[in-house]
Amino acid sequence: MKSGRFWAWVTFAVGAAYFFIPLIATLEFSLRMRRGTYSLDAYRVVLGDPRFQATFTYSVVVALLTILLGVLIVVPTAYWIRLRMPQIRPVVEFVTLLPLIIPAIVIVFGYIRMYGSSSPLPFLANARTTDLLLVIGYATLALPYMYRAVDTGLRTIDVRTLTEAAQILGAGWTTIIVRVILPNVLIAVLSGAFLTFAIVIGEFTMASLLNRPAFGPYLQNIGANRAYEPAALAIIAFAITWGCMSVIQVLSRFAPRPANRPN
Amino acid sequence: MADPFLSIQNIQKTFAATTVVKDFDLDVGRGEFVSFLGPSGCGKTTVLRMVAGFEEPTAGAIVIGGKDVTRLKPNQRNIGMVFQAYALFPNLTVAQNIAFGLKVAGVSKPDTEKRVGEMLSLIKLPEFGDRFPYQLSGGQQQRVALARALAPKPKLLLLDEPLSALDAKVRVSLRDEIRAIQKDLGITTIFVTHDQEEALSISDRIVVMFGGKAEQVGTPFEIYNRPQTRFVANFVGTLNVLEGTVSDASAGKVRINSEDILVKDKLNGSRTGDTLSLALRPEAIALGRRAGHDAMLNGEITDVHFLGSVIRVKVGVGGSTVSLDTFNNPSTPPPKVGDRTEISFASGDLLVLH
Repeated sequence: MKSGRFWAWVTFAVGAAYFFIPLIATLEFSLRMRRGTYSLDAYRVVLGDPRFQATFTYSVVVALLTILLGVLIVVPTAYWIRLRMPQIRPVVEFVTLLPLIIPAIVIVFGYIRMYGSSSPLPFLANARTTDLLLVIGYATLALPYMYRAVDTGLRTIDVRTLTEAAQILGAGWTTIIVRVILPNVLIAVLSGAFLTFAIVIGEFTMASLLNRPAFGPYLQNIGANRAYEPAALAIIAFAITWGCMSVIQVLSRFAPRPANRPN
Repeated sequence: MADPFLSIQNIQKTFAATTVVKDFDLDVGRGEFVSFLGPSGCGKTTVLRMVAGFEEPTAGAIVIGGKDVTRLKPNQRNIGMVFQAYALFPNLTVAQNIAFGLKVAGVSKPDTEKRVGEMLSLIKLPEFGDRFPYQLSGGQQQRVALARALAPKPKLLLLDEPLSALDAKVRVSLRDEIRAIQKDLGITTIFVTHDQEEALSISDRIVVMFGGKAEQVGTPFEIYNRPQTRFVANFVGTLNVLEGTVSDASAGKVRINSEDILVKDKLNGSRTGDTLSLALRPEAIALGRRAGHDAMLNGEITDVHFLGSVIRVKVGVGGSTVSLDTFNNPSTPPPKVGDRTEISFASGDLLVLH
């Protein structure tokens, strides 16, 4: 028993070291921009760079639009599948997993071929429609996370009975989804939303190949041309991701608690 | 019924190749409390769900207050429903749950608040408006569910096994409360249950269902005392079944264990020599002779169960065992297993099962 515990701690320590040592090294390196002393110069340079502000703002806006699109597609779909078509759930789960199997580069090349300026749907004809295509692409990339989060949330409530209870009280579909289903899976939706945010903020392939001024290509560009700033940016990106994860944890405490269900 | 409030007209429901409700026909009067009673899978909940609009009948029609609602959606029927699983909205407080239907209907805020207050008083939970469902017991949740169903003043109230998830004591008190509220409001109510005691105690009429059909419709007294089919007789209450042979059809005599019993006009066309199943409720039989009991059988006591105020005695009569109940008398010891005894009953209480 004691020996098992010892090896568990050893495994934990090795894993933690594997994760934290490069992170600490990166943090330490990012603080060494000023010769002979630790400073926040690299962070000051990065945060003061107008391109950082522009690309970060762009990616945040795109992330928010991606979350909105994801919620609009996934919540009604997952709800309807649980309510009326549970038999096709395995198929839908497989479809939502496809973005994990098919590389983003394949998806984006498909987009370029399908939606070029000469196609019937010329998304790439101007910057705004390309932004729209990027949002759609990101919603696809985030689909596995968003669908699973929402589906897990729906599993915790009695979707059918709550729907019928609302229906018999006079509610239509919009009222049911907005006032009954969504509030009860809100924490799950927010989990999906923050995962989507974390994915979109650092995404490089799609933004780069669609030539959009996003944060991912900016990170790559700085990384190729500067010494200390990329390390500072990596730490900032980590902080954003961890911040999102922490918010998920905090919000989950405020989730509506399921009532005592009869056996 | 001259002017039924709810009229279920020959409805049928088929899922794939299975017909779960067959030619179900029922008229319910205004303010009546009707229970659907039957075992699992008999179709009672399916009929209720068709009345609610959650299932569409394969054939037939449903008319409420003179209006055909067969093809209307549930949210267009103005029906209140209480579910077995409570189905309170977990994200809303008790008051918000009760107000839900009123808000959907566009009732003004002051009127909604007033109605919610009335409903909380009706279910005797006036201090519970700010609580969430998870802070309530099962019985309290079901009372809130009842208040929520009644708040928008529905034309019809449907109760889908609302008591089956509660413990025995709460079940009895809530059942009485439901009946009192229903009588007070005069709302037409359909109550689905598989518990015969529940159905017998609170209904104006009971529909006993089996195999997707109504086996018998009647008052609790009629259902219990005059079951028309073998299924109803067996399903409702405890029943002793004795096998007998018609010994003299013209005189209405049946022989049980070498005793001739007069059943008069209950033979229903049976001829001399035919075998019949005769049924008797335990409370219709007495140990020994009793005034008014014209039929007598001899047997041997095979089992005695002391149940407190009642003693259930089993007596072997020929090849059958008869159960009978006697009241406990502190000054008289209970009968003993192995004693020879006579049992008596009024032949008029015999039910001939067809």
